[in-house]
Amino acid sequence: MDTINLTIDNKTIEVKKGTSILDAAAEVGIEIPTLCHMKLHDLNIENKPGGCRICVVEVEGRRNLAPACCTDAHDGMEISTHSLRVVNARRTVMELILSDHPFECLICAKSGNCDLQDMAHQLGIREVHYKGEQSHYRADTSPAIIREIDKCIMCRRCETMCNDVQTVGVLSAINRGFNSVVSPAFEMNLDHSECTYCGQCVAVCPTGALTEVDETGKVIRALADPTKTVVVQTAPAVRAALGEEFGLEPGTLVTGKLVAALRRLGFNHVFDTDFAADLTIMEEGTELLNRLNRFLSGDKDVKLPILTSCCPAWVKFFEHQFPDMKDIPSTARSPMQMFGAIAKTYFAEKLAVKREDLVVVSIMPCVAKKYERGRDEFKVNGNPDVDHVITTRELAALIKLSNIDFNALPNEEFDNPLGESSGAGVIFGTTGGVIEAAVRTAYEIQTKKELPRLDFDELRGMEGIREATIDFDGLPIKIGIAHGLGNARKLLEDIQAGKSEFHAIEIMSCPGGCIGGGGQPYHHGDASILKKRQMAIYREDSNKAIRKSHENPYIINLYKEFLGEPMSEKAHHLLHTQYFDRTEKVKI
Amino acid sequence: MTVLKKQVRIALRNCGVIDPEQIEDAIACDAYFALGKCLTTYSPDEVISEIKTSGLRGRGGGGFPTGLKWEITKNVESDQKYVVCNADEGDPGAFMDRSILEGDPHSVLEAMAICGYCIGANTGLIYIRAEYPLAIQRLKIAIKQAEEYGLLGDDILGSGFDFKIEMRYGAGAFVCGEETALIHSMEGLRGEPTVKPPFPSVSGYLGKPTNVNNVETFANIPVIINKGAKWFSRIGTEKSKGTKVFALAGKINNVGLIEVPMGTTLREVVYEIGGGIVNGKKFKSVQTGGPSGGCLTKDFLDTPIDYDNLVAAGSMMGSGGMIVMDEDDCMVSIAKFYLEFTLEESCGKCNPCRIGNKRLHEILTKITEGNGTVEDIERLKELSDVIKDTSLCGLGQSSPNPVLSTIANFEDEYMAHVKEGKCPAGQCKSLLRYDIVEDLCTGCTLCFRNCPVGAITGERRLPHFIDQSLCIKCGVCFEKCKFDAITLT
Repeated sequence: MDTINLTIDNKTIEVKKGTSILDAAAEVGIEIPTLCHMKLHDLNIENKPGGCRICVVEVEGRRNLAPACCTDAHDGMEISTHSLRVVNARRTVMELILSDHPFECLICAKSGNCDLQDMAHQLGIREVHYKGEQSHYRADTSPAIIREIDKCIMCRRCETMCNDVQTVGVLSAINRGFNSVVSPAFEMNLDHSECTYCGQCVAVCPTGALTEVDETGKVIRALADPTKTVVVQTAPAVRAALGEEFGLEPGTLVTGKLVAALRRLGFNHVFDTDFAADLTIMEEGTELLNRLNRFLSGDKDVKLPILTSCCPAWVKFFEHQFPDMKDIPSTARSPMQMFGAIAKTYFAEKLAVKREDLVVVSIMPCVAKKYERGRDEFKVNGNPDVDHVITTRELAALIKLSNIDFNALPNEEFDNPLGESSGAGVIFGTTGGVIEAAVRTAYEIQTKKELPRLDFDELRGMEGIREATIDFDGLPIKIGIAHGLGNARKLLEDIQAGKSEFHAIEIMSCPGGCIGGGGQPYHHGDASILKKRQMAIYREDSNKAIRKSHENPYIINLYKEFLGEPMSEKAHHLLHTQYFDRTEKVKI
Repeated sequence: MTVLKKQVRIALRNCGVIDPEQIEDAIACDAYFALGKCLTTYSPDEVISEIKTSGLRGRGGGGFPTGLKWEITKNVESDQKYVVCNADEGDPGAFMDRSILEGDPHSVLEAMAICGYCIGANTGLIYIRAEYPLAIQRLKIAIKQAEEYGLLGDDILGSGFDFKIEMRYGAGAFVCGEETALIHSMEGLRGEPTVKPPFPSVSGYLGKPTNVNNVETFANIPVIINKGAKWFSRIGTEKSKGTKVFALAGKINNVGLIEVPMGTTLREVVYEIGGGIVNGKKFKSVQTGGPSGGCLTKDFLDTPIDYDNLVAAGSMMGSGGMIVMDEDDCMVSIAKFYLEFTLEESCGKCNPCRIGNKRLHEILTKITEGNGTVEDIERLKELSDVIKDTSLCGLGQSSPNPVLSTIANFEDEYMAHVKEGKCPAGQCKSLLRYDIVEDLCTGCTLCFRNCPVGAITGERRLPHFIDQSLCIKCGVCFEKCKFDAITLT
């Protein structure tokens, strides 16, 4: 391995050839401030356009300052990271950025979580000497994401996520000079574009330029309305991340406190989306086996692989990008929508409450769920199965607003009948989890034998595309897993080209799956947080008494009392859906 | 003619001489002779050595040694390489590349093929702005004719060397003249620069080694091969060989394209070739290097023009724009004019260029409108230094040059604006003041009737007055008054 020697702030170090000045400095504990740069280790995601110019350093013998994030260290380099020249340049550049940024920190959604604010503070900016015209653009509101691009600082992180990672290609820089800004083509509205609302742009935006649509006000109004019965469901990934908002270590499970907090907020029934995840496995697993067995018996009308359909951004992605393949994904609704449909029928009947008077609130790690709940096929006479969706972050804000001392809360249990779940339901929150849950059930139904093991390590991990073959008692089932839509695209193109040999594929839009969702507490570029959340999810699974969906007694009871059997007509009506070709929907 | 006496035409040798749409005309003037010589007599290394010996440097502005660039690209191992001709000419007022492409397209095609032979590329791409329809048309004709003659395409002149040339069109963004931005634009991406290294010679178009040269640079190549590096290197100064084409413009009697040997003085260009200042006015400054260059005073008139001297003087060669200013030009306004250009043409990628230039422009506007302070001038200097020091590409790194050079050379003019509220050249309207001299005013009401904003009041046959708060300094009253009763200060 080639190494080089250089001096940074009078410290001599040896680094691998090809190391950036930024990384080389970090090796000797020198932190060079950055703003646009973002590196998500393990996920192979890096944004370094070299545009913010905050990380500039002085290199002996070089005419101008060098951006540390995208300049390689060379042998014999002498670098000053905090010389007077450098600090003056950094502060001036920061003042310039602030001179074109709205001073709305007091009412900005990102206040306290804003990388720009932090950096201005770190650089000791107390006054902006440069004053002048500020950029003004119209705010763009969609069902899930708000773009307030007056606050855009052109860091291009959202572009990296949208174009390179997700291959959706909605966001890019437009216009020139002072008027340049990141926007959909021709400044079209986001909801006219092919945006999937995956929210990865929101997850990485350093300022308040991209945020989720805030629905906490609507939730508060519903809770305050005495004529409404308000039920809440919480997605699996929420419990593995919410603690971060209250100063707990990433990866701390807060399931019990989460339930207690929701109860104190005034929800009448605190339920679990994991219950609906178990239900999803019953439906999707049955569908998988149907298709598989027909395929194996030589039915030419059956298409494999079957693709999971839990992720609303993924659904919108293939509706726009691969409409010719819309009959391949499972028709099973997402757990959130299954929960809504069951809550507003089965549970409403139990309570003897009209569906209009039952409000279903979802706590999700996701911003696309805000869009999904508004889809027309998930409404009955205009009344949606899910009324409001708030993200993990919004829930944290709500808890803080209500003066609930989260860390002091006792651990409480979910309500029944829609609160009991198996470990299989829990792991829906991470990449690989849905398919592992499906395997646990499908194996036993198909082979009529008990699974010899419950942990499928070959399906777990953070690799963007993974594959494994699971032995169904002599029948090898080939499984593919992709997280990140760019990785999904690769698998889909293989299917299109007839090269795919998978029987089933799990796809999640966000890197890491729902644990890395666009509605989760901000990771600020630290991808190790996602790993810790993933570990927490698996820990929760192994702590569960029941770990297979078909063994969940409340699921068994639901079929007995209400649905009949998986894929029954009633189940089909309530728990399955259809997909649409959206290529014509994009308008400028 | 004095205009021609001092000129030496190498790059422009055939412009206006041949019919650019007839390859036979070009061949009669030695076109493709150099290519034939290279393919049949010289090895690629020998050609590169010849170019290096000639001392030819890039004519697009950077002045990088051309032979060295070719050598670097040649030495990178790759299955595919590209030769790119940068025809994204964008400096205000500069049109030498267009003239070469319109007048002698074969000189560029031939040079690109020679370059391809040297570096090991079989594909050439001409990146040209779509606003040059005639140049595009003539290039297309020239490519077709050269292919018909077997001078481009497969197995050129039976040598076994293949070279094809394709066109790529730009939408007229100035920043796409920067080679990494140009390459991104050719790839269908947004035309914005990326940090170098990697240089295009190592990783360029589609990630392959790419040699990018400007039109004028290429136009010199066949002559160097035909007449020899020694002949070429005898022209010019120690470190800048050959000639340079300039687009002469401004307050000068003879405007247009000129080609002079390196080392010609600015005085020779302005007074002999350019025929001096229009209407015998006083010379004030000559601006070289386009929007990235600087304004030089009469103290620099005897500076021999070459890459290094111009930089030492506080300006630069650039692609060869040369604008002459006389006593009526306000240097603050000139700096503002150039910033307006860079402001619009910045790609917006990096903060110092996107926002910094905007702020510079705003401060200059403040000064020209009479609201500037001495601190503003200091602020201009400080901000300019940081923009130069921190910007991503050459555009931002040089955009404050017009500001810095005008402050350095014409600080008194800036001071007059901020301290006395006066524009010495009388160009900054906000700083003008029209007054009616009571004793001379006859009360004819002509000014009153012509004032477009009703700023003039007064009774018939009695002296009139101008309300300074309403006056828009249009000068109509001054022009109309038959009694010289209106003063301009």
